[in-house]
Amino acid sequence: MTKKEFWRWPEYRHTVEGIDPKNGKVISGGVDIGSVSSKTVIMVDGEVFAQSVMRTGSSSPDSAERTMNWALEDTGLTLKDVQYVVGTGYGRVNIPFAQKAITEIACHGRGANFMWGPTVRTVLDMGGQDCKAIRVDEKGKVQNFLMNDKCAAGTGRGMEVFADLLSVPIQEVGDRSFAVKEEPQSVSSTCVVFAKSEAVGLLRSGWSKDEVLAAYCQAMAHRVVDLLNRVGVEKEFVITGGIAKNIGIVKRVEKELRIRALKPDQWRDDPRFDPMLAGAAGAALFAKVLYERSKG
Amino acid sequence: MITAGIDFGAKNVKVVILDDEKIVARGSALTGFDLKIAVKDASEMALKAAGLKLDEITHITETGIGQGSVAFAADSVSEVGANAKAGVKLLPSARTIIDVGAEEARAVKCDESGSMEDFVVNERCAAGAGAFVEAMARALEVELGQMGPMSLKATEAVPMNAQCTVFAESEVVSLIHAQTPKANIARAIHDAIAERVISMVRRLGITEDVLLVGGLAYDVGYVDSMKRGLGVEVHVPELPEYVSAYGAALVAQERAKE
Repeated sequence: MTKKEFWRWPEYRHTVEGIDPKNGKVISGGVDIGSVSSKTVIMVDGEVFAQSVMRTGSSSPDSAERTMNWALEDTGLTLKDVQYVVGTGYGRVNIPFAQKAITEIACHGRGANFMWGPTVRTVLDMGGQDCKAIRVDEKGKVQNFLMNDKCAAGTGRGMEVFADLLSVPIQEVGDRSFAVKEEPQSVSSTCVVFAKSEAVGLLRSGWSKDEVLAAYCQAMAHRVVDLLNRVGVEKEFVITGGIAKNIGIVKRVEKELRIRALKPDQWRDDPRFDPMLAGAAGAALFAKVLYERSKG
Repeated sequence: MITAGIDFGAKNVKVVILDDEKIVARGSALTGFDLKIAVKDASEMALKAAGLKLDEITHITETGIGQGSVAFAADSVSEVGANAKAGVKLLPSARTIIDVGAEEARAVKCDESGSMEDFVVNERCAAGAGAFVEAMARALEVELGQMGPMSLKATEAVPMNAQCTVFAESEVVSLIHAQTPKANIARAIHDAIAERVISMVRRLGITEDVLLVGGLAYDVGYVDSMKRGLGVEVHVPELPEYVSAYGAALVAQERAKE
């Protein structure tokens, strides 16, 4: 029997209806190869047309090719039709078909500006193996940032470890973490390994899984709020990256910061605003500008 | 005079019973989640080995994470204080004592009398503690006790990029998939944790002689990495995981005389 993989989040692709790429002037692509997930956004004249999200494999070039091809599937487009591709994420230098690589910090800043508008000033990007607090101006240009890429505390990978430990599907973590009578005390916010051994002790002493999830979500929120406070939080504030879809983290970060995140739920009705795609969307926007510039 | 020292480790509770300065018995038990049970098991084991009853012990001093959780200890001492006291007793020339346990690493600088001068501690990150090697052994599918001998057979130094234990687990799996010999991976693991412990100790300054204690000192691969990394001789006493408990028992001797 194969072990059930509770950390596995859903992979998907999506095409936006009502856009005919044949009528577009510029078709641009952004490919974000993260340590955990690979994302592609295809834009027609700066509007999202198609997108895909999947697990990153062991090779960045393969992952890039797969996510790009999946995004293009059934759109009538092929890679040749995409006039300019910008790569981003930790695998950005290993994307064979990208014309340029831009850091994920710049891309998340730009993508957040696109998804939530020009009032965004602080972006918290919670990725698979790192976490960044980014300050941006009204154009989505990066002013300052701080990042933790040394430690799993406050990253998606840390959440995956906990989902697996508790045998709770990762998409259910957020809701279940609120199914508690009162908010329990947090576990260690500095180290996932220590938080894990604390959690095992708590389970043995009779805590429910939901309570342990609440304690971990709180630890994780605490950890990233530390990072945010060091860079300085200014309104409006948004969360990008896969963890932005975990309400258990979003609500607790908001509570600790005493600032509401801007429209954290819009992705539920409109996949174009999937916060996991902010980096790829930013890359696709940069690609459009770079293409136009190359044509004079 | 009979005294005892209790050391509450993250993984094991250790008890040492002394007659003056001589160790007459010791005991240990898994910490588990109930410290009271663990300390009862460990002290009963030690008392039985010594042929003594609890009320025959003049003074009990405790150290470690669970201080204050047992009623029969008279007082407590910090881990670094206990290590300084015991380290100099075990190796009179010891001036830097490095202790790597399951979930903590610490180093203490001391004088010839075993008085602490300065110390550093890491209790926040598993990557600088024994838990790192344990997690990596699991990823490698190697018994913890085999890590050391295996590491000494390494033929090549392979780099580990990840610092975090969680990220390093994935890296070890990738190294296995890339057909890297397990011995070379074991050495990379020992070098990685040694590097982190050493960078912590450097903040203290390294004064010879260096004594390495705590459970990870049983791991010959780690000891070898520490020697190479520090560039000085690293001494390991017998039964390195009992050093803090021994130190606490020595402190108990002093306090009983006061």
